[in-house]
Amino acid sequence: MSEASRIGDTLLEVKNISLSFGGVKALTDISFDIKEGEVRAIIGPNGAGKSSMLNVISGFYHPQEGEVWFRGEKRGALKPYQVARQGVARTFQNIALFKGMSTLDNLMTGRITQMKTNMFWQAIWKGPAEREEIEHRERVEHIIDFLGIQAIRKTPVGRLPYGMQKRVELGRALAAEAKLLLLDEPMAGMNMEEKEDMSRFILDVNDEFGTTITLIEHDIGVVMDLSDRVVVLDYGCKLADGTPDIVRNDQAVIDAYLGVSHD
Amino acid sequence: MSPVILNALEVILNGLMAGVMYALVALGFVLIYKASGIFNYAQGVMALFAALTLVGFQTGQIPFAHLINAIFGTKLHHWGDGMNTFLAIILTMLVMILFAWLLEKIVLKHMVNQAPIILFMTTIGLAYFMEGFGDLMWGADIKTMDVGLPSGGSFWLEDFTRGWAAEGTEYYGMYIDVLDVWAAGIAILLVIALTLFSQYTKTGRALRAVADDHQAALTVGISLRSIWIIVWSLAGFVALVAGIMWGSKSGVQFSLSLIALKALPVLILGGFTSIPGAIIGGLIIGVGEKLFEYSIGSMIGGATENWFAYVLALAFLMFRPQGLFGEKIIERV
Repeated sequence: MSEASRIGDTLLEVKNISLSFGGVKALTDISFDIKEGEVRAIIGPNGAGKSSMLNVISGFYHPQEGEVWFRGEKRGALKPYQVARQGVARTFQNIALFKGMSTLDNLMTGRITQMKTNMFWQAIWKGPAEREEIEHRERVEHIIDFLGIQAIRKTPVGRLPYGMQKRVELGRALAAEAKLLLLDEPMAGMNMEEKEDMSRFILDVNDEFGTTITLIEHDIGVVMDLSDRVVVLDYGCKLADGTPDIVRNDQAVIDAYLGVSHD
Repeated sequence: MSPVILNALEVILNGLMAGVMYALVALGFVLIYKASGIFNYAQGVMALFAALTLVGFQTGQIPFAHLINAIFGTKLHHWGDGMNTFLAIILTMLVMILFAWLLEKIVLKHMVNQAPIILFMTTIGLAYFMEGFGDLMWGADIKTMDVGLPSGGSFWLEDFTRGWAAEGTEYYGMYIDVLDVWAAGIAILLVIALTLFSQYTKTGRALRAVADDHQAALTVGISLRSIWIIVWSLAGFVALVAGIMWGSKSGVQFSLSLIALKALPVLILGGFTSIPGAIIGGLIIGVGEKLFEYSIGSMIGGATENWFAYVLALAFLMFRPQGLFGEKIIERV
């Protein structure tokens, strides 16, 4: 699965990130990198700072200390929408979809960063705006086929079951054709079958589109199967970093996360 | 047909026309409320301000003439004969866009994530500021608005309906102001255009996205602040249309801003978040108050139009707090 050729140079690097909310330290001096084309996992017990880390990368939080380097350049304190425009798409643990809008419209919003016509042409509608709309609609239909959600194209996503909503959210992130895809617990609350589907989608996305994926996950088995490298956080500090095998056998990780062995 | 039924029909027709005018104002509220959760108390004053600006451009007034005269002792008032109505409308629209832009840059950007009541207070402040600013810019005198829309009774309708009454009754035909018909037509076009825009364009989709979920909108690369500028500009555009219609009907003066109060019951009926709701709500209020005045008004001393809409809204609140088309409020415990 993890052929070396698939993985390229460093795409994103976080250096010595520290983040605190008032007196509470969420992250302390965290550094790691994400290489182009890999599936990178961030794991850790509840409250370890995984989501905070993801929020730092996607621009929702700004760390007090440390730097984020994206595609070889140091990133300033960007707003989330600016990060999105740079090519970072994400999903949320608790699903942030446009619940009143159809699946198709939700996916089309994912294309917003790629669409260029201005308000004037949009108001006129005929001409450039229409052509652009059709072009992007084709891309979105391709993603709909890929995820097998043709049947719910016109359904308002608020009415869909949880697992389907997760899939639509993944679809919207895919539609952005991002360089880096951040998935915050993509399989939380799913049953076995849905988890398998989602795992397959993640691997297929990585394979077919070459998208770099960083995911947070609780289900340790899934993580070990999916990812090329794993970062382990605990109480806001980095415990370990490396391939699934290295991490699995790391004593600190076993103690903190997998439970202290009693032999 | 008996004249009573014909009269009632006439009242309903006039009610529909008035309803469209209310809906026009309510529409501005809905646009801003949907996108930012702000109840914009200043919507009525925006209509007044837009109307003042339009008349000012049309008649060639010099903005801030009084202020300039007071400071420099000059006697400025007009710079010429004014300009073409169409050009004046375009310029006024540009002023409204500039206003939206300044509002975002100066005020709204500090109000992100504030409680709704604080945002509401902000718009009250804004309303009074704009009222004073409008006076300062264009003078406080009452102005007439003439953008070339026809007005007066429709002779065609009068002739057409005259023969409808039974033989021997005194019936002179229905009366409808042509201006109202025009206003209704323009309002309907405006709603269709806004709906198409929000359904089928990138920006429209972004507007709906922001209305639905701020956090998700940020993730897909939508800048909330530029969306707010667009939304306030659109609300400014709707205010301009409302200002033109109401201004043509009853002159451009302070009381124009009070039409915003008439939009409140419309919003309660139609729901704060629904564009079709604003229209239907407006029509119900318009027809309701005219019919009530016609049928019962005279028995209880008349002038029921002043309060009927509010009482209807109150009654409505008890049964459907979210309005006819508003999003249902479901609180799960």
